[in-house]
Amino acid sequence: MQTLLQQIVNGLVVGSVYAVVALGYTMVYGILGLINFAHGEVLMVGALVALSAITFFQSVLPDLHPIAYFVMGLLVAMPVCMAVGYTIERTAYRRLRNAPRLAPLITAIGVSFLLQTLAMIIWGRNYHSFPQLIQTAPIEIVAGVFMTPVQMTTVGVSAAMMIGLVILVTRTNMGRAMRATAENHRVASLMGVDTNRIIALTFIIGSALAAVAGVMIASNYGVAHYSMGFLPGLKAFTAAVLGGIGNLAGAMVGGIVLGLVEAIGAGYIETWTGGWLNSSYQDIFAFLILGIVLIFRPTGLLGERVADRA
Amino acid sequence: MKQTVIALALLGLGISAAQAQEVIKIGHVGPLTGNIAHLGKDNENGAKLAVEEYNAKGIKIGGKAVKFELIGEDDAADPKTGTTVAQRLVDAGVKGVVGHLNSGTTIPASRIYDQAGIPVITPSATNPKLTQQGYKAVFRTIANDVQQGAVIGKYSAQKLGKKVAIIDDRTAYGQGLADEVDKGVKAGGGQVVAREFTNNQATDFMAILTKIKATNPDVIVYSGMDAQGGPMLKQLKQLGINAKWITGDGGCTGEIIKLAGDAINANTYCTQAGLPLDQMPGGKDFKERFKKKFGADVQIYAPYAYDAAAAIIEAMKKANSSDPAKYLAALKSSNFKGVTGVVAFDDKGDIKAGSVTVYQFENGAWKALKN
Repeated sequence: MQTLLQQIVNGLVVGSVYAVVALGYTMVYGILGLINFAHGEVLMVGALVALSAITFFQSVLPDLHPIAYFVMGLLVAMPVCMAVGYTIERTAYRRLRNAPRLAPLITAIGVSFLLQTLAMIIWGRNYHSFPQLIQTAPIEIVAGVFMTPVQMTTVGVSAAMMIGLVILVTRTNMGRAMRATAENHRVASLMGVDTNRIIALTFIIGSALAAVAGVMIASNYGVAHYSMGFLPGLKAFTAAVLGGIGNLAGAMVGGIVLGLVEAIGAGYIETWTGGWLNSSYQDIFAFLILGIVLIFRPTGLLGERVADRA
Repeated sequence: MKQTVIALALLGLGISAAQAQEVIKIGHVGPLTGNIAHLGKDNENGAKLAVEEYNAKGIKIGGKAVKFELIGEDDAADPKTGTTVAQRLVDAGVKGVVGHLNSGTTIPASRIYDQAGIPVITPSATNPKLTQQGYKAVFRTIANDVQQGAVIGKYSAQKLGKKVAIIDDRTAYGQGLADEVDKGVKAGGGQVVAREFTNNQATDFMAILTKIKATNPDVIVYSGMDAQGGPMLKQLKQLGINAKWITGDGGCTGEIIKLAGDAINANTYCTQAGLPLDQMPGGKDFKERFKKKFGADVQIYAPYAYDAAAAIIEAMKKANSSDPAKYLAALKSSNFKGVTGVVAFDDKGDIKAGSVTVYQFENGAWKALKN
C-alpha cells in the first residue's frame, strides 16, 4: 500500500511537469495546427539560463535566502524564453503560415536542433550541477510515503500556472481573441482581432510556461544539460495527444494520466506479467495506453474540438 | 675508382654493423591529442620505459644483439583514426603493438593487426568484446568489464549486504556489466532481490527506486554512467532509502561527486579496473624510475603499458625470435612477474590475475580500499 501511494506521488510530480509543458504544445496546436517540436528545447534554455543567472547572483549578491536566488533565476529565465519563443515564431514559423503543413513541421525539428547545438556551444557538453535552492530533504506525508519540498513546489507551481492559464483563456479579452483565432483566424481578423499579435502571444505564454517547467525539472533532479529538453518534450507531446491536442483541459489530464501510468507501469508491470515484462518496458506501457486510447477515441481523452481540424 | 671502393667498404661496414645490432620495431598507439591526451602520453611513456630498460640490458635474440625501437602513433581516441594508424604501423613493419587506449579504437584496429598477424596488447581497453572476436593475437594486461562485474557482485554480497538490487541503463556497457554483477552476487552467496532498468537519457528514477525500496535491499548496484548516478543518489535520499550504493568505472569519476551534491556519502562505493600504483607489487620502484626518466607522475595506465611491452619482449626472448608467427606461442604462455602483478593470459588473451579496486567515498573524494 505504501509502495502504491509512493508511486502515485511519483506519478503526480512527473505528470504535473508533463502537463505544464503539454499546455505549450496544445496552445500552439489549437491556434496554428502546428506541432512545435522546438518547445522542449525552450524548456532546456530556461533551465540553463536560470543556472547561469543563479550562479551570477550568488557571486555578486551573496548571503541572500536561497529562495530569493530561485525566484531571481526564474525571473531571468522567463523573459529570455519568451524572447526565444517570439523569435522562433517571428523568424521560422510566420513566413510558413500558409505553406503546406509539412514545411512548418520540419522547420520545427530544425529549430529544435539549432537550439540544442547553440546551447551546447554556450554551456558546453558537460552535465551541470543545478543548485538545489528549495529543500530536498524528504518529508514523510503518510507512513512510509515521502515527498520533498521541491516536489511539493513543483506540483503547486504547476497547478497555479494551469489555473492561471485557464482564467486567462476563458475570462479575459485576450483569451477571447485567442479562442476566436483558434476557431478561424481569417474570420477573427475580419472581426478586428490582430491575429499575428495573438499568435505571437501564444508562443510567448507557452515559452514562459516551458521556462518554469525547465527550472522546476532542473531543481528537482539537480542536473542541467543541453539535451535535457528532448525527453520531457517528447513525453509532453504524448500527453497532449493523449488528452486531445488543442484542448487545454486535455493537456492537463493527459499529463497527469501519463505520469501516473508511467510510475505505476514501472512499478507493477513485472508483477502483472509474472516477470515476462520488466521496467525497461515502462515507456512501451505508456505508449500502449496511448495507442488504445487513440483507437477508441481518435481525438484523445477530451479532444472533441479537434475533429474538424485533424 | 678509389672513392667507389671506399664507399663500398663503408656500405659493407654499415651492413655488418646493422647485422651486429638488429633493430626490432614495436608500435604504441594512444590518443596524444584531444581531451584524454594526457592518458595517451602516460601509456606511451610506460611502454617507452620498458623498451629502454630492456635495451640497457643488452638482449640477444637468435644469437644477435638487438635494439628495440618504440614507434608512437596518435589515434586521437577516434576509431577511424585508430584503424588508419594501425595500418601505418603494420606498413612500418612493427613486430608487436602496445595499445590502443580506448575500447572504441582498439576493437576496430584489432582486425587490422590480426590480418597482418601482429600481436597487440592493450593496457587499458576493458570492453569484453575485444577478446571475444576470435582473434589469435589480441591480449590485455588490465581486467575487463566481466572481471569488474564479478568483483562488484561479490564485494556487494560479501562485504556490503546479502540482498542486492541491480539497475542498469540498457547500453552495451551497462547491460553487460550488470549481467556479470548478477552472476557475481550469486557466486558470492548473495541474493538479487530486484533487477530494474532505465535508459541513458532518463533523469527520473523515482518509480524504479520506489519499487526497489519495497524489496528492502542492503545494496543497490548501478551499472551506468556518472551523469545519471548523481541524480539517482539524490533520489535515493529523497525516498528515504538507506541502502549502500555501488557503481562501476562509468560512475567512478569526480563528476559524480559534483552532481550528487550532499547525497553522496560513506555508503557510496565504486570500482575501477586495475590497482592504484602504491598497491602494485612493483609500484613503488616503478614510480621512481618513471619520475626520473620523464620528470612526470604516473597518470593511471602506464604500468599496464610497461607490462604489455615487457610481455612482447619477454616472449621474443623466450622464442628466440622476433617473428610474430614464432614468438606468439611464447606470448600466449607468458608467465612473469610484471610491475602490476603476474602477467599470464587465459585462452582468450585476457589477463588471468586481473585486479579490480573498490573505492569508497570519503572526505569529498574517492579513496581506494585495500583488497
